[in-house]
Amino acid sequence: MAKLKVNFTFSDNLVLRPVIWELGREFSVITNIRKAEVRDDFGWVMLELEGEESEIIVSLDWVRSTGVQVDLVSGDVVAG
Amino acid sequence: MSYINGLQCRECGRNYPADPLNVCDFCFGPLEVAYDYGKIARVISRKSIESGPLSMWRYKDLLPVEGSDYVDLGTGYTPLIHAKNLGRYLGLDYLYIKNDAVNPTYSFKDRVVSVAATRAQEFEFDTIACASTGNLAGSVAAHAAKAGMKSFIFIPDDLEQGKIVGASIYGSTVVTIKGTYDEVNRLCSELADIYPWAFVNINMRPYYVEGSKTLGYEVAEQLGWRAPAHCVVPLASGALFTRVWKGLNELADLRLIDPISTQMHMTQPKGNSPIVDAYNSDVNHIRPVKNPNTIAKSLAIGNPADGIYAIAALRESGGSAISVPEEEIVRGIQLLAETEGIFTETAGGVVISGLKQIIKNNSIQRDEPTVVFITGNGLKTLEAVAHTVNTVPILPTVDSFATAITNRL
Repeated sequence: MAKLKVNFTFSDNLVLRPVIWELGREFSVITNIRKAEVRDDFGWVMLELEGEESEIIVSLDWVRSTGVQVDLVSGDVVAG
Repeated sequence: MSYINGLQCRECGRNYPADPLNVCDFCFGPLEVAYDYGKIARVISRKSIESGPLSMWRYKDLLPVEGSDYVDLGTGYTPLIHAKNLGRYLGLDYLYIKNDAVNPTYSFKDRVVSVAATRAQEFEFDTIACASTGNLAGSVAAHAAKAGMKSFIFIPDDLEQGKIVGASIYGSTVVTIKGTYDEVNRLCSELADIYPWAFVNINMRPYYVEGSKTLGYEVAEQLGWRAPAHCVVPLASGALFTRVWKGLNELADLRLIDPISTQMHMTQPKGNSPIVDAYNSDVNHIRPVKNPNTIAKSLAIGNPADGIYAIAALRESGGSAISVPEEEIVRGIQLLAETEGIFTETAGGVVISGLKQIIKNNSIQRDEPTVVFITGNGLKTLEAVAHTVNTVPILPTVDSFATAITNRL
């Protein structure tokens, strides 16, 4: 089982879409929200995903396909 | 002698032991080293520092290691040069260049890696690792060699040959990842959880970032134990910016220098300026840049881990934030080379052009001591300036030469 801490960033109308609920329904991934901020036209959610690595990867690909930006909570680990 | 109390979450304040950890289990905030400044104050003095080695380790009492078996290539105590020519050109009487381009692997990364590798050794890791597109790779590989440790360097598979050579020459295992930037980030984050290795800027990050404080310490010491009025710094993750500020404040709190009124100025390239943009938009959340597009590759961090804290440091200090047009970066490199004989990489071009803009904004007065931080050597980014090369072709005769240089004399 793998775990990954990620940040989802929502812009514009995506703020209204229940992406995390959809993610939990469509994929075998546990979502654990730790922090969030939602405004009229912008929002972000910091959460941990837990599941098989392959499932986490495809679930994040799906999240990205909705237009939600996905980043690591720790920031980019690839440094210059 | 250890002056480390442990690690503490920067967001919620939860305490953790001084282990290889970087993220708070509860709120996912970054962990930071907590020091016993009371104990440090009893042992540190200007004299104790001055009697130390001519390297970053003269400031050992303020660095997060427990012993004195440093993994040290001779990093730090780099030149602080009074840039009289550049200053005259820009209208500053007390402009200084802090030249970290001359460190052992030619960038300031040697400071942070020296600390991370030393701490990794203390934790009895036998392998250190990193994910990098440039300077960090070479520094990690070199320090691993010095420490007799194995090293794994993870890089995107389209990295320039020079950078690959710059890491593999030290005997490191260089792993090229066929994937997007996001995939490389995700994979390395997972590997750090799976393999018992010291990933310098993942599980070792709280210790790693502290190495940059030595830039602030050195500048203050080299200016005669005083802080400059202005610091101009290039930002990638934002860690360097926050640590220079922290270093100056630590010296003041320990009464090694007077209370500071330094203004911190941040510079990023326009092709990737998430921190500058957030500051200028007055928001409290950094919007990551999805596909950084800048010739300043060492500053192409789309999701900066210390971005919010860099903004806080800027606000505390009353500085400014500049994003530098891409076309100005090479001009910045040229200006520094042609006035002070220092050849910096693209990040340095961002800083020099950023400084020009800061002066134009009337944010720095003529007589205010100003330090510009040059973080890497120009030989690392030759491809960015290759197009500026001009040679004078002649035939092998005196006349040919005389004709060719008529306008240059």
